[in-house]
Amino acid sequence: MLSRRLIPCLDVRDGQVVKGVRFRDHVVMGEIVDLALRYRDEGADELVFYDITASPEGRSVDRGWVERVARVIDIPFCVAGGIRSVDEARAVLHAGADKISVNSPALERPELIDELAAAFGVQCVVAGIDSLRDADGEWRVRQYTGDPGKTQALPRRTLDWVAEAQQRGAGEIVLNCMGSDGVRGGYDREQLSAVRAICHVPLIASGGAGAAEHFRDAFVEADVDGALAASVFHSGAIAIPALKQYLHEQGVAIRL
Amino acid sequence: MSVVLVDAGGTNIGSVRYALQRLGVDAALTADARTIRVADKVILPGVGAAGPGMARLRELGLVDVLRSLNQPVLGVCLGMQLLCTHSEEGDTACLGLLPASVRRFAGLPGLRVPHMGWNSLCAKSAHPLLAGLGEHDQAYFVHSYAVPLGDFTLASSDYAGEFSAVVARGNFHGMQFHPERSAAVGAQLLKNFLNL
Repeated sequence: MLSRRLIPCLDVRDGQVVKGVRFRDHVVMGEIVDLALRYRDEGADELVFYDITASPEGRSVDRGWVERVARVIDIPFCVAGGIRSVDEARAVLHAGADKISVNSPALERPELIDELAAAFGVQCVVAGIDSLRDADGEWRVRQYTGDPGKTQALPRRTLDWVAEAQQRGAGEIVLNCMGSDGVRGGYDREQLSAVRAICHVPLIASGGAGAAEHFRDAFVEADVDGALAASVFHSGAIAIPALKQYLHEQGVAIRL
Repeated sequence: MSVVLVDAGGTNIGSVRYALQRLGVDAALTADARTIRVADKVILPGVGAAGPGMARLRELGLVDVLRSLNQPVLGVCLGMQLLCTHSEEGDTACLGLLPASVRRFAGLPGLRVPHMGWNSLCAKSAHPLLAGLGEHDQAYFVHSYAVPLGDFTLASSDYAGEFSAVVARGNFHGMQFHPERSAAVGAQLLKNFLNL
């Protein structure tokens, strides 16, 4: 049986892993390779690295650390951050990343997803989506969230964008629910369930993990394939081995 | 021991090479027929689609070279699928070293494609390639097409039905998952191949 995945997310800024609250006020959590190795040893199923300042600064991800990670890590990892062309994606994949995730550049130019899928296959292409509920109750997409000063609210509905991204060739969707991100109150199950209903590729929950039950709820109630978290793992508030044991006891398919 | 990685343009070549380095083996990356012929072990990695994968092997003049090899050969992911007779992906004629047709995961309601993540390996027969494989061991898969079960299936995995996860026929072997990304389980299986 296919296991549900636990995915520590490492936000990268200037070669170090950082974490902010509600996407702001970043503090340094540690060195990239050290944290990657720690999570691998603890049983993480996959890692995601977001170069959070690449897109707002209009540059692509730094490939040096991608290769350093690829040399030492024997679990899959995905790289995101300012990838806006097939050539840039190829460089990151050749440096050793298993998948590339596109977010703001795909909103600028949705054809990017088609081009990446045609070049590398849908299994390499992840659509990262930052989503927030507006005053009218509708979930809509946000762009350039790595820099609060540049973050833009778009008229595009999240559900429409999820459907379009899949149709264009995204092989996985990471839905970051910004309203719950960084405050540890649990994943946004309502939004995840709504997206799950129209998502036929793997769906990864992001934003809001604070306790072991939050992971169970995301897997059992929102039926997501993986759950991404950052601060609770970085701080040690939740240890991955204990979380996996708990999920296993709760009947969630997990790799022990 | 000389191990070569066939450079057929797949993007996971770097990862496979690093995995071999972690096992103490420095594998050469090559598309040179002569180098491939004289290697002790040949690995055909692959991420991408069957059609472009075969087209690339034809361009490089490697189709008959690969077919004629007598040393242990390992196809990884798409590389394993290319060992088959045919792939539904782009209706592609493949190398024909494994009597099987690669099929897309059937569109069952609720079945998410690609099959992406860690899944259990179930040994079907004893083989040195599976040495040390435990009953609950899992490997990391990422694929939308799969090889059905056959007498060449050494281990299966289950995603809305069983499919071939590890195969062997004569000197040709294949792993549908990514051993280079399957932690200790993957390292053990790669080591087993190097020890064949």
